[in-house]
Amino acid sequence: MAERTIGLSVTRFRPGEDRQPVSQTFTIPYHDDWVVLDALQYIKDRHDGSLSFRWSCHMGVCGSCGMMVNGVPKLTCAAFLRDYFPNEVRVEPLANFPVIRDLVVDIDDFMHKLAEVKPYIIRDDLETAPVGFGHEFRQAPEEVDDYRQFSMCINCMLCYSACPVYGMEPRFLGPAAIALAHRYNMDSRDQGRNERMPVIGSSEGIWECTYIGECSVVCPKNVDPASAIQRTKLATTNDWFRSILMPWGKR
Amino acid sequence: MYKINTIEPLWWGLFGAGGFIAAFLLPVHMLVNGMLIPLGAAPQEAYSPQRLAALVSHPVVKLYLLALVSLPLFHWAHRFRYLLFDLGIHGGRTAIAFLCYGAAIVGTVVAAWTLVRV
Repeated sequence: MAERTIGLSVTRFRPGEDRQPVSQTFTIPYHDDWVVLDALQYIKDRHDGSLSFRWSCHMGVCGSCGMMVNGVPKLTCAAFLRDYFPNEVRVEPLANFPVIRDLVVDIDDFMHKLAEVKPYIIRDDLETAPVGFGHEFRQAPEEVDDYRQFSMCINCMLCYSACPVYGMEPRFLGPAAIALAHRYNMDSRDQGRNERMPVIGSSEGIWECTYIGECSVVCPKNVDPASAIQRTKLATTNDWFRSILMPWGKR
Repeated sequence: MYKINTIEPLWWGLFGAGGFIAAFLLPVHMLVNGMLIPLGAAPQEAYSPQRLAALVSHPVVKLYLLALVSLPLFHWAHRFRYLLFDLGIHGGRTAIAFLCYGAAIVGTVVAAWTLVRV
């Protein structure tokens, strides 16, 4: 039996050579246990060693290999060729991001936004709290449940790629950064809410979101950023009305 | 407490309240006042013009009617403002916001004026 093959149409962009991205089609052997990332690796090994793409873990944990597969943002390590075979698979760099080379995008904007929301536990007493057994910041399972799903984010940026608002308004803080801010705001051990709220509650934060919900659809880790944004809108609105009606209140 | 650089919570709060009224209360009024009473399906005596006028003359009812009319206008304003953005109209976002919320404010003033006079 002749070897089965599948076509991959891959976006190429070589800075200095190409004026704009062009698509190049490769025909490669088809294996039903291959993912798109395997196919790209095959092309790099056998056809063109200059093909550039990011990846690291090949197991859906690192969040590096996000690309557009047939127009949908996906982790290419989790996108099986068998779901597309026998049709050609179109692989493009993540939408809404500037392209550096081939399938590699510039993620600086997201990295800055991520740092802005301080996605780590903030406490006043970190330096002075006693250390050692029995002095950890304890948390009940129910308190973990408050933020657990939002902590699954792997910063793969598929949600930014899927978000039409981010596509139109690059200043928008975006789904993952807000979901992670929400994750730490909901953490019973954290005391940094007042530092994060001015960032996520700003006009470039939650209020840009028009609740399209694509972020939650494409998330490979089943995080629900759209819900984090809606919940933060409600919390901010409560705080805002309270600060107007009861200016003397502390919270 | 923290400070934010925007009054969006005001618009979003009105939007949310308006959504609640548009979903839960307006359909009731559309059914009762818009269909059942004109069709004669409701007891005509209970909804006679005199009784309705007496009902509307009460301040609490006036307040209720103002909220019933005004808040869904703000719901529309917010929704429409973002709909235009979703449709790809990025220019003049401030002007669009002014027009949308301005229309809701005008509608609220007209409703309030009407209620004061009846």
